[in-house]
Formats: sequence, structure tokens, C-alpha cells
Amino acid sequence: MSGFEPAISNPVEYIQHHLTNLSIGGKPESITDFSVIHLDVLIVSIILAGIFAFFAKKVGDNIDPDNPGPLQNGAEMIVEFVNQQVQDIFPSADKMVGPIAITLFVWIILMNAMDLIPVDLIPGLVAGIYGLFGGDPHHAYFKAVPTTNLDTTFGLALSVFVLIIYYNIKSKGVAGWLKGFFFHPFVAKGTGAKIALAIPNLLMTLIEEIAKPVSLGLRLFGNMFAGELLFLLIALMAFSVWAMPGQVILGSIWAIFHILVITLQAFVFMLLTIVYLSLASQTHDDH
Amino acid sequence: MNITATLIGQMIVFTVLVWFIKGVMWEPILNAMQARQKRIADGLAAAEQGLQNEELAKQAAIDELKKAKTESAEIIAQAQKRASEIVEEAKGTATEEAGRVTTAAQAEIEQEVTRAREGLRSQVASLAVTGAEKILGKEIDAKAHAKALDELASQI
Repeated sequence: MSGFEPAISNPVEYIQHHLTNLSIGGKPESITDFSVIHLDVLIVSIILAGIFAFFAKKVGDNIDPDNPGPLQNGAEMIVEFVNQQVQDIFPSADKMVGPIAITLFVWIILMNAMDLIPVDLIPGLVAGIYGLFGGDPHHAYFKAVPTTNLDTTFGLALSVFVLIIYYNIKSKGVAGWLKGFFFHPFVAKGTGAKIALAIPNLLMTLIEEIAKPVSLGLRLFGNMFAGELLFLLIALMAFSVWAMPGQVILGSIWAIFHILVITLQAFVFMLLTIVYLSLASQTHDDH
Repeated sequence: MNITATLIGQMIVFTVLVWFIKGVMWEPILNAMQARQKRIADGLAAAEQGLQNEELAKQAAIDELKKAKTESAEIIAQAQKRASEIVEEAKGTATEEAGRVTTAAQAEIEQEVTRAREGLRSQVASLAVTGAEKILGKEIDAKAHAKALDELASQI
């Protein structure tokens, strides 16, 4: 592979190359640049969503309550697990919370699991295809793990944020929800004290509410990005034949450990989503 | 490390996926599991019910058996009573019959005796006359001694 040798000889370029997305609209200019679309992120996540949807449809169409097949057994296991979490954390959950939780859980696991595919495999394939069509393999970018991209993690986190607001309004009404910003977390008895505490309360609640999606998105992104970066660093050991055994051993250890990170991060994301939605559905009298 | 339009794409994909998963997998599987749970619970309840019914049936059978035994004992007692009654009755009837027969026989005997006596009485007169004639050697007019003869006859 022609795009391979120079990358190893130049570690910085190798890593930067692997961290560049396949994009429409050039490189993002600023922190938020909505003229750019990362195609690789969309392609991989949509393919994974499609795989999930395909198996879900397959299971759903062939449900046999008395004689579940292996696929149905697996699906039932996941559904039961997620449903148990929802029941435990958010007993008064409506019918949407379960599907939201299971979608987050499975989809994030699938996207995270892309991390276990060798770091050079998909970019190498893309570079090869790109080269076949006469392009320069050095400019064939493909970042295969959607969750190492802030768009994905914040896309999910913002969806959850919207859901939090929806469940807040649903349980308390718009007025009740906005009132919550001024009278919590510091609860005062007298009118004067209430007025005095309104501004601190507003600040605290705003920070609390904004921290929810930000922490959700950054946690997942940070974990997956760090994992990906470590895989890249381990892959750099291929610079010498003598370092290859080290690469194999470290890569195997990190991949095995990363299986834990993949599922754990998906689980944490799902769990926190349920917790946030549950909190959003509590009226203030519940406190 | 930038936020781009991909964000919106991911949000749309997520929304569609949630909606799809809810329809095709989440609800059917939960329904199937709930139906299965209900069936298992129903089955266990039915088994419990069956055990209870069996217990009740056993009890009922025992009761029925006891009742039958009591009834049969009663029937036997009644039958015995009836039998002894019948024997008593038969005894009474027999005694009565025997008395009646005895009475009839006695009456007949009485009658016979009377008749025999009458016969004797009627013959006594002629015998006496014949005897007297033999002794006296002459005829005796029965009419002339009718009074004496009647007296004689009545003494027999």
C-alpha cells in the first residue's frame, strides 16, 4: 500500500491523516462550521443504524413467544436488560423512554465497536479505492469510528437535551419548568429571600442543565477519542520489524480492555439519559 | 474537533432509529415477553387451582364414602329391625292361627260330644225299653213310660 510507508516514517502526519474526516465542504474553519459535512461519520453511523434496524426488523417479524430462536433470545436479553434499568430508575416512564434507551445503548456500542477494527484497515481500503479512481491516496481520509467525532456524541447529547426539555414541560408545563430555574436548588421560605435567591438559583440551574448534555457528549467523545488515539500510537510501532511483537501484544491488550470501555460508555450514556429524563419528569413537590 | 452539519444528520438518524426500533422491535418483544409472563403465571395459577381441586375432590370422596358407610349401616340396622319385626309378626300370626285352630277343634270336639251324647240319649230310651222288656219278658209301651225314660236319658 503506497499510502502506508510515508505515514509510518512521519508519525505526526500518520496520526493527523487518521484523524482527518472525509468531508464535504473542506476543512472546518471554526469550532462550529455548519457548511461542512463529515461523510465518513454519516456513512458509518447510518450503516450501523441500518444493521441494527435490519436485525431489529428480523427479530420483530419472527417473534415466537413459545419457541424463541437465538436471535430473539439475544434481543430479548437486551430488551429485558434495558427495560429493567428503565423500570428501576424511571418507574413512571412513558412508552418512549425504553426505545430511546435501547437505541442509544445498541447504536453507541456498534459505533464504538468500530474502534476494534484495525486502525489502518478501513482508511487503507478507502485509500486503495480512491487510488483506483485516480485520486491521490494521501488525501483519502476516512475516520471509521463515528463516536470519536464530536458531531455524533453531541448529536446524541443534544437529542437527549431536547428530550429533557420535553419531559420537563410535559410534567410541569412551560410555566412550571421556567419557575424551577428560579426556586431551585436553594429553597427559600419568605418572599424577600426568594427574590434574593432567584439569581443564584437561575445560574446554578442553568449550569446544571447545560452540564448534562455537555458532560454526556464529552465523556463519550473523550473516551472513544483517547482509545482511538492509543490504537494509532500502538500502530506506530510498526515503524520497525523489531517493534512489531510489542505492537501485537499492546494492541491485543488494549483491544481487550477497550471492549470494556465500548460497552461501559454505551451503558453510561444510556443510564445517564434515563436518569436525566427521570429527573426531568419529577415535579418539584417530589423533592 | 469541530461541530459541523453532521450533528444535524446524526440527530435525524437517531430520531428515525428510535422511532423504527420502537415500532419493529421494542414493543413486539415486550408484548411477547409480557404475554409469556402472563401465560406462565396463568399456568402456575391453574396448576395451583388443580391441586386445590384435587384436594377438594379427595375430601369430597372421603365424605361421600363416610356417608355411604353410615347409610349402609343404617340400612342394615333397619333391615335387621324389619326382619325381627317380621319374625315377631309371623310369631303372632302363628300363635293366633294356632289358637284359632285349637278353638275350632275344641268346638268341633264339643259338637261331636254333644252329637254323640244326643245319639246316645236317643238310643238309651230304646235300649232301656229293650232291656226292661227282656227283664220283664213283656212289651212295654214306650209312651206310657216316656217320663221315666226321659229322666233316664237326661241323666246320661
